[in-house]
Amino acid sequence: MHASVEAAAIHLRPVYGFVARTFSLLRRYWAWELTWLVYSAALVTTIGFLAMGVEQVSGTKLPNDRILVYLLTGSLLWRYLSELFSETANVIAWERWEGTIEYTFMAPISRVTHLLGMSLFSVLYAGARLVLLALVCAAMFHLDLAQANLPAACAVLGLSTFSLVGLGLMGASLPLVYPEKGQQMTGIIEAGLLVVSGVYYPVDVLPAWLRVLSTVSPITYTLRGMRAAMLEGASLGSLRGELIPLTITAVVLIPLGMCVFGWAERYCKRTGRLKRSG
Amino acid sequence: MVEALPLRTEAVSKAFRKPGRRGGEGPKVVQALHEVSLEVARGQIYGLLGANGSGKSTLVRIIATLLLPDSGQATVFGRDVTRDAAIVRRLVNRVSVEAAFFKKLSPVENLLYTARLYGLGARQAVARAREIVAGLGFPMDRVNEPMENLSRGQQQKVAIARGLITAPMLLLLDEPTTGLDPRSKREVQTFVRAIRDEQDAAVLFTTHDMAEADALCDRVAIMDEGRIVAEGSSAKLKRRARSADLPDPSLEDVFMALTGHAIEDGPDQDE
Repeated sequence: MHASVEAAAIHLRPVYGFVARTFSLLRRYWAWELTWLVYSAALVTTIGFLAMGVEQVSGTKLPNDRILVYLLTGSLLWRYLSELFSETANVIAWERWEGTIEYTFMAPISRVTHLLGMSLFSVLYAGARLVLLALVCAAMFHLDLAQANLPAACAVLGLSTFSLVGLGLMGASLPLVYPEKGQQMTGIIEAGLLVVSGVYYPVDVLPAWLRVLSTVSPITYTLRGMRAAMLEGASLGSLRGELIPLTITAVVLIPLGMCVFGWAERYCKRTGRLKRSG
Repeated sequence: MVEALPLRTEAVSKAFRKPGRRGGEGPKVVQALHEVSLEVARGQIYGLLGANGSGKSTLVRIIATLLLPDSGQATVFGRDVTRDAAIVRRLVNRVSVEAAFFKKLSPVENLLYTARLYGLGARQAVARAREIVAGLGFPMDRVNEPMENLSRGQQQKVAIARGLITAPMLLLLDEPTTGLDPRSKREVQTFVRAIRDEQDAAVLFTTHDMAEADALCDRVAIMDEGRIVAEGSSAKLKRRARSADLPDPSLEDVFMALTGHAIEDGPDQDE
């Protein structure tokens, strides 16, 4: 019994090591974190005020409460999902920046353990920020959530986390292969997801060719499912149309993300790119 | 049964492709290692001497599983560094000339991170980290300060502690004393000897400080343009270079006689 606990600890310590290290770094860079949190809160509340002003701008009677929940759901969810994606990718960019990447790659851990540690940090970090931003919104706006099915919304959010982690792992390959510009390249992917996934509008308004892209973005299904749960109180059973694609993208994207990362690692070891700092 | 050597390389070669410049030279291939073969025995400090760009760090990176060789084979205790990389990583650690750390974190936080990656518990790791850094003459009142506030010598001592905290059986020291003051250099050298004597570990020590290699290494190999041009104990190499003009050659003289240039002006080649 004692031996099996020790064996499990040996495997879990590296995962915890990644999480603890990155939270220690956040503590040291607390001023950046505070700035980023204030900036994110300002962005989300601006969207809330935009929703409240639509009726006045259009000069027509509109369902303001519905628009508010629709847009805030999109805004909050986007902050969570984009941070989940970018933080997973940034863990590698950070190591490039500090020059420690060779030491991490020399450690006797499997790549699964390494990527699990990276992803776990991103989920905890993005989740904590989502809670803080949701509290800010609750304090600023009167949200009518009488209809909302919160457990169903949480299920959609939880499932979409896996897909985004898979995408994040693919994004993390970019700073690995391109030390100087990889991080900026992840920004392009993030911007693309923002446009095609219907964060602030229904994807029906997109031109036909962009709508095709929206069908392959897991965020499209996340937003649709979350809005159905928050606005209509949709049950888990009625969200099959969103939960099934999210399950498929999670099942596909996580192994694919690991394969892409593995390929990027081999490429770097063949060409000597691990040595270069970003 | 013959015990596997801590390190054996057989005809290891590695080339890097450098992209061409627009409107200038086309892509070029830099041969960093040409069929390098060497053996390091248990309890031995093996010096790899060469100018910048001679291929020392490329070889160290291959052994550390950070680079894939184009051809040849490198084994650590009989395990192939490419095929059995996961096992090799448990046996090896490396200290490089660049003391790369999370600069906002303290020595203890950085060492704890490394220790956790190797599966060590926090209490055990902190105790071992403190013991090692104290042995290296690191001021203990600064172990909780951010790395960026420490001097180059102090950072390098933490880098050495990071290499040792995992108790490697083969320690790769890639110019660990470059940029250190004479006192820190001596402290590091004393510590390297202690590791060899007390832990029975093998050490591959790269340097371009000939006096240091002469004083510290049991055996040395001289590298030039990716090739090993001579190998043996420093006494043996000096004997070979002895002549009427140079009755008592230094290791530096040996290096110049074998390569045709001083160690400071080696070929301009990427490692």
